[in-house]
Amino acid sequence: MSVSKEEVKHIAVLSKLQLTDQELEKYTSDLSNIVDFANELSNVDVDGTKPTAHILDIKNVFRKDEVQPSYDREEILKNAPSKDAGCVSVPKVVE
Amino acid sequence: MNDYEVIIGLEVHAELSTNTKIYCNCTTEFGADPNTHCCPICTGMPGTLPVLNEKVVEYAVKAGLAMNCEISRFSKQDRKNYFYPDLPKAYQISQYDLPLCEHGNIEITVGKDKEKYKKNIGITRIHIEEDAGKLIHDAFTGDTLVDLNRCAVPLIEIVSEPDIRSADEAVAYMQTLKSILEYLEVCDCKMQEGSLRCDVNLSVRKRGQKEFGTRTETKNLNSFRAIYNSIEFEIKRQIEVLENGGKIIQETRRFDDVKNIGYAMRTKENADDYRYFPEPDLAPIVLSEEYIEKIKNALPEMPHIKKERYMSKYGLPEYDAEQLTASKYVAKFFEEANDICNNPKAVSNWIMSDLFRLLNENEIEITSCKITSENLAKLILLIDKGTISSKIAKQIFEEMFENGKNPEDIVKEKGMTQISDENAIKEMVEKVVSNNPQSVTDYKAGKDRALGFLVGQIMKETKGKANPQIVNKMLIEILNK
Repeated sequence: MSVSKEEVKHIAVLSKLQLTDQELEKYTSDLSNIVDFANELSNVDVDGTKPTAHILDIKNVFRKDEVQPSYDREEILKNAPSKDAGCVSVPKVVE
Repeated sequence: MNDYEVIIGLEVHAELSTNTKIYCNCTTEFGADPNTHCCPICTGMPGTLPVLNEKVVEYAVKAGLAMNCEISRFSKQDRKNYFYPDLPKAYQISQYDLPLCEHGNIEITVGKDKEKYKKNIGITRIHIEEDAGKLIHDAFTGDTLVDLNRCAVPLIEIVSEPDIRSADEAVAYMQTLKSILEYLEVCDCKMQEGSLRCDVNLSVRKRGQKEFGTRTETKNLNSFRAIYNSIEFEIKRQIEVLENGGKIIQETRRFDDVKNIGYAMRTKENADDYRYFPEPDLAPIVLSEEYIEKIKNALPEMPHIKKERYMSKYGLPEYDAEQLTASKYVAKFFEEANDICNNPKAVSNWIMSDLFRLLNENEIEITSCKITSENLAKLILLIDKGTISSKIAKQIFEEMFENGKNPEDIVKEKGMTQISDENAIKEMVEKVVSNNPQSVTDYKAGKDRALGFLVGQIMKETKGKANPQIVNKMLIEILNK
């Protein structure tokens, strides 16, 4: 296996996912297959090739620093499952 | 404590004073109602496309040049992934391996008088990135409220080398950065509004030890006092842990500047956990020699250069020149006043003593002060022409500070014009001399203090308006008759 169970657990934590033991087995195997497949690229000799910063041959796409009206607050908050005092309301963030 | 060496590096975040956010046309204005400066781009709606604000690049390059950095001819932006409610996209667009500016340095001056020394602090890099939203704790419901107005306001992050060795050096470094950013006009540097803030990376090691100790990062300090106190706190804490045989844990910490204590927030995620990758929605930034040259040529005079000029051109002492040039606004005030009255030493003295004292006492900035540079110059001219005495001038200055009036009007209104008419003064002197025979006898017996007493009486009679030089001259003439 090119991906360990520990790694999958770690990725699950970062992704805020809770996995059952069964799921853990399945994802470890599936992710290993994906990584093995992608790893074929590692066999390509890239000596002397510049890293790709962008897949299109473009550069310097800028805009002018000119203010335009923002959206109405109602519009912005439309998708929020819960709101209060003009804000999106979320469960308490513990620090 | 002296057995330990302290190693500090600062990450300073400066909000750029552009009109619009970094990737959309929403305003960056501070203090609006929550979520009224937002659009689908800065709130991270799916399917939106960010476009970089050209001023962000220009401002970052300005800052880089002023801090002696190499400017990257090829630079790109990357996604830094983390999950937190203040970041609706769940990634921050930042720069990872190809920042706009690298390998700079600035000179700082630490301490006062005899203990004063200069030091160079290396700048590792300056990169552009977006700010996050603001979280407000709702005490009533216990929920957290999210305001996204600040989300995607442009920032530069200035990362120093671990060259700083004390709280004093850290504060001096921050003051120098603030002064440079103010001069460049790329950041308004309002620390209380959070537009300039810093994270402190700190570790300690036994003197002579080669490898660094484990470091902690104290986040989001937004006053010089908080920076100083949090560093003093953390140095003490780390040494205590080590002395008691403990180990420092690499962690993120907060500092409560009311209670003056620091506390751990969360253990630091490894750099890899951010899963940086190139931002596919934004094009690389490629800067030409002409572009960089043009910005370089348009840089304003920097504080340390201005200081030298104040010393050579105006003949001011180093200390005065340093105080006047530390803030762009003070320097501007000084130059404007001096252009009118052409008396640099007097302008400098008024600013550094009376003006700074009143600004401090009233906790206001020079930019919101009622005394204009023009009115200070007029006041100095009134003294120089002998219209008022310097003692009266102090009273007038206080009044100008209160109500912003023109000193000439105050003098007229209150009849404060100095009496320089020799006949009028002579009359006054004769009166005081005849009313105080004992002092006259004392003076003739060689008691110099009697002279001072008589001068005082004359000034009292004239409510301080008599020209002191003439009073002195007359008095001695009459007494010696």
